[in-house]
Amino acid sequence: MFLLNRGKAIVLSCASISQASYYTTAKRLDENYTHFGYKTVKTEEKAGRVLDVFSSVASKYDMMNDVMSGGLHRLWKDRMIQKLNPDNKAVLLDCAGGTGDIAFRFVNYVERQHSQFTDHPNVTVCDINNDILEVGKSRALERGVSLNWVCSNAEELPFPDQSFTCYTIAFGIRNCTNISKVLQEAYRVLRPGGRFVCLEFSHVSNPILSKIYDTYSFQVIPVMGEVIAGDWNSYQYLVESIRKFPAADEFKQMISNVGFKVVAYEPLTFGTCAIHSGFRLK
Amino acid sequence: MVSLYPHHIPVTTFQRVLLGIGSSVAALQDPYRHDMVAVCGETTASSALEHMKKKMENNATGTRILKEKPRISSSSVDLKVLRGLPPNTLGRQYVDMLNKYQITPDSRLPVKFVDDPEHAYVLQRYREIHDFNHLLLEQPTNLRGEVAVKWFEAIQTTLPMCWLAAIGGLARLSKKRRKLILQRDLLWVIPAAKEAKFFMNIYFEERLQDDLDDIREELGIQIPKSRN
Repeated sequence: MFLLNRGKAIVLSCASISQASYYTTAKRLDENYTHFGYKTVKTEEKAGRVLDVFSSVASKYDMMNDVMSGGLHRLWKDRMIQKLNPDNKAVLLDCAGGTGDIAFRFVNYVERQHSQFTDHPNVTVCDINNDILEVGKSRALERGVSLNWVCSNAEELPFPDQSFTCYTIAFGIRNCTNISKVLQEAYRVLRPGGRFVCLEFSHVSNPILSKIYDTYSFQVIPVMGEVIAGDWNSYQYLVESIRKFPAADEFKQMISNVGFKVVAYEPLTFGTCAIHSGFRLK
Repeated sequence: MVSLYPHHIPVTTFQRVLLGIGSSVAALQDPYRHDMVAVCGETTASSALEHMKKKMENNATGTRILKEKPRISSSSVDLKVLRGLPPNTLGRQYVDMLNKYQITPDSRLPVKFVDDPEHAYVLQRYREIHDFNHLLLEQPTNLRGEVAVKWFEAIQTTLPMCWLAAIGGLARLSKKRRKLILQRDLLWVIPAAKEAKFFMNIYFEERLQDDLDDIREELGIQIPKSRN
């Protein structure tokens, strides 16, 4: 698979990774290297590798999401939009949102709570991976919904300053090489009064539950990935990247650091994931 | 757990059991999931692979194959040269078969879930020479032909996945075809499998220019003249 075929990456010995290290926070060895799951890779290579992961999972993405989370991911995403509580004047940028899950929920929510959008919904879906965007586009066609689709890296958005009133990113930010850059870009493209909402995997605080969660993640999920999607390595990467992502408080601090105010988070399902929120005030 | 060869994915016992169950369910539900058939084979193979390895170690050519670890792919087998060989040679028959059934030497999946690298090679080699077995036994690549070849391989290798395919394949055949294969093909394939030399000990890459009948005679495979 792609992980083992890339020649230039330096690979940390997996034999030394024990249960205890599942909670190590992201360690950068030096400016030129970063983490890719439990592997250490050249920083400039990470984006390409993330692309490969999602190209190969695009077609079975939704089935795996349902099977892995037992359908819970639908509730988590519902809660995210409920928290955002948009009205029909909202202008949304949904990043890493290729298949459209968040975008469609946004449209449904506004149309249910408020009146119809005057024109077509002001929603832009952005993703680094074209394959996933194509899946989203075909779904939008089926539903008769007209959205904007842009292929771009969240660290360098092709939009002018202050273009949006809402910015969402669901289960995408942990895959970005430079999280602070993503947050800075989010701040830049939001208008004053605009809101940043991020749904992402977090750390389960209860020690017994977290042991069960770890066992499930490492013993079962890659097997499911192999059987359902024929892709062990992508799901091994997924469960490792969840552990490498900063804990909720640290992430909250990172969001504050780029200028967002009233930053808060809401853990969901015992901390399996969390919704972080912040406002750009000026 | 360290990766010991390209594509190797080390797994815990718990994962191995789950994989075995999951892949067999997936393979039964959709036999076109070749990757699940492969994974199922890998999770059940271990003692058979040791048996196969020993049979190779007891033979001079087998030992050499284990040492050199040749791989069959479109880059290791020159199809252009093979096309120019006389009609009854192994090489010419091989390239004709590839053309007829629109298959390539590269279609075999790499072994992932076998932990011993020597065993992994043996299983990989088995996958890659399967096409040659079709030629040795003069069996087409339809279901009936596959079942016949699987019976031969099951008896010689003892691989559980071969037995599953041999018996399962038999069950999937139509009543008419099953009767045909039981009363005709298997009547000679089964004794041939028991008496013939171990097919994994043929260095196929070195025999491409040889006459197929000579190779069959050397192995001890006798195909009955009148089969219709």
